[in-house]
Amino acid sequence: MIHTENLSKSYGTSTVLQIERLDIPKGQSFGLVGNNGAGKTTYFSLLLDLIKPTTGYVKNNGIEVHKSEAWKPFTAAFIDESFLIGYLTPEEYFYFIGELRGQNKADVDALLSQFEDFFHGEILKQKKYLRDLSKGNQKKVGIVAALIGNPEVIILDEPFANLDPTTQIKLKSIIKDLAETKGVTVLVSSHDLMHVTDVCERIVVLEKGEVIKDLATNEATLKELEAHFSGGELV
Amino acid sequence: MTVKHFIDLEWKQYFRSAYWQKSIALNILMIFLALYFIVCFLIMGIALYPMLKDFYPKQDPLVMVNSYLFYYILGDIILRFFFQKLPVMSVKPLLTLPVKRNKVVHYVLRKSALSFFNFLPFFAFIPFSIMLLINDYSMLGVLTWLLTIVVLTLIINFLNFIIESFSAERELSVLPLILFAGSLFALNHFKLISFSEWVKIAFQSIYEQPVFVMLPILVLVALYFFNHKILSEKLYLDSSLKTEAEIANSSSMEWTKRFGDIAPFMQLDIKLILRNKRTKSSLWMLILGLLYGLFFYPQPTYQGLPWFFAFIGIFVTGIFLINFGQFIPAWDSGYYRLLMSQNIKYEQYLKSKFVLMTLSVIVLFVLSIPYVYFGWKILLAHFAAAIYNIGVNTHVIMYGGAFNRKKIDLNQRAAFNYQGTGAVQWLIGIPLMLVPLAIFGAAYWLLNFEIACAILILMGVIGIVLHPKLMNAITEKYQGSKYKMINAFTQDN
Repeated sequence: MIHTENLSKSYGTSTVLQIERLDIPKGQSFGLVGNNGAGKTTYFSLLLDLIKPTTGYVKNNGIEVHKSEAWKPFTAAFIDESFLIGYLTPEEYFYFIGELRGQNKADVDALLSQFEDFFHGEILKQKKYLRDLSKGNQKKVGIVAALIGNPEVIILDEPFANLDPTTQIKLKSIIKDLAETKGVTVLVSSHDLMHVTDVCERIVVLEKGEVIKDLATNEATLKELEAHFSGGELV
Repeated sequence: MTVKHFIDLEWKQYFRSAYWQKSIALNILMIFLALYFIVCFLIMGIALYPMLKDFYPKQDPLVMVNSYLFYYILGDIILRFFFQKLPVMSVKPLLTLPVKRNKVVHYVLRKSALSFFNFLPFFAFIPFSIMLLINDYSMLGVLTWLLTIVVLTLIINFLNFIIESFSAERELSVLPLILFAGSLFALNHFKLISFSEWVKIAFQSIYEQPVFVMLPILVLVALYFFNHKILSEKLYLDSSLKTEAEIANSSSMEWTKRFGDIAPFMQLDIKLILRNKRTKSSLWMLILGLLYGLFFYPQPTYQGLPWFFAFIGIFVTGIFLINFGQFIPAWDSGYYRLLMSQNIKYEQYLKSKFVLMTLSVIVLFVLSIPYVYFGWKILLAHFAAAIYNIGVNTHVIMYGGAFNRKKIDLNQRAAFNYQGTGAVQWLIGIPLMLVPLAIFGAAYWLLNFEIACAILILMGVIGIVLHPKLMNAITEKYQGSKYKMINAFTQDN
């Protein structure tokens, strides 16, 4: 589904991302971990054509993202709060995104009804603008908005940060469900190794912009990652 | 933490922003304007004394100047309200550091005293004082008089911030000031209370009895501390974090549906305008703009200047266009990355803004029809101006938007947020108004009024006919600077 070839991004002389080759098949739940500055957000920004690659390209379902915009209809993302429109109510925001993705109100309502549990009664019908919601609730809105219109690729940057434990657990089951039963390719980045190993079938570790580990998740993965990030070697 | 640190921080903030690097031309223009005003004031200051002596040989020029000071004060207050803003400083990062709040506030206030607006008058008043001294006025008296002017300027400076801080909390931000200044002027004009006489007497007595200068100084000190009090209260985060969550009122705006695929964007734009303080205040500007013609048309002088009608027409029918249009696409800067990663066509996004601006021009033209009372020529000129606005100015301002690199943070409601306001905002409107004025004026002098109108209309119609082509060019321009815009809009400040 997503094919990365010889991709790099440099600012001046410093290279912040350098990926020779990375293939993410359709329906995979893909986790990206790394310390601050490892290049996670840079990679996602390149995927969404928000910054220009210095060399190479990303192909999303065969479409080079910085040459054509045909990947947009089947790709959705939530990177941070700047993806929200503060002066809309959550409902208006969902409908707006819905219209951009060719969904009418009924479609959007049907989707939202599945997430009543996730929203915990704090989002819908509150007569509040998004700018007045707490950070955690804003995040919930952003994540659910990324699910509107049955996208085939969903990109979530740090989805677990700022959420309460109950919501984190619910979110994990949502993401798992998307990849396993609906065949959606989900890309998630996180600092929380436990969450990522719970959710993703494959985990890639970035360090200083380069892929240094590419693991298929199993029981030993969490230990291996913890060992890696604590600086020790795996015995 | 000393003042040196503050200055260092601001210096970096200013020169490291994407905005500065992109708008050197604008900065140069500002410098030229400043120089122009300095020269004007200098000439006025030098020429004032001999001119008054010439025209009114029997009167004392100093008394004459004093008797007009009241109008100077009024004018200064109004001008400052529109053009001078309290210096911006990002205080939030400082609040948790060991810096005394007191110090921050003192710094901001003192910095405001260094504003260009406070220096400009002295290019006139100092030469005037020198002329007074040459003409054998009392040394002590003149120097005290000049000192009083300094104090007066600072009083107006701090008074302005008090007015601004109060009006910023209201919806009708401009109205209180207009009412205040207007009623002072009216009371004085109709001789109910003669403020100009009082001001004259006050300055005259200070000239004769320098001790009285203590009174304005006391006023200044009081104002300074009042400002200090207001700002210190606002320095607490909870005033900006306080959940004064407004109750959202949603309406579906079905009528936008008839515009087809641009409907979602139009709804978004309308909500943008109605739900944010910044944009709402520019709605009130519409009323002011609509009434702008009343400053000119009732006066017989302007009736004889038909070439001026087109200028007023552009302003009256285009005030929304200028106010709203110049911040495309910065209005959406907060969530620009969302729009760029969504399945949208740039063209639809821009088209919605175009339709909105066009509608505003039509509505404003219809509302301005009563001006026909002052002559059918005015109506004709307004019509020509409206067509020109739709055909030419909308495209120009949207093209200009592609060079927009300054973020507007709509969500931020902190006390120090005056982004995107100030003198620069008004500068951008100049070419939009002066170019048609020049064309219209030239055609009027060379040919006649009707043909001048026809030329404006023709230019507008050409613009409307070429609309699809122009939109393509504009869209391409936006697409070309996409990455730069995203980068600039994700920066703070």
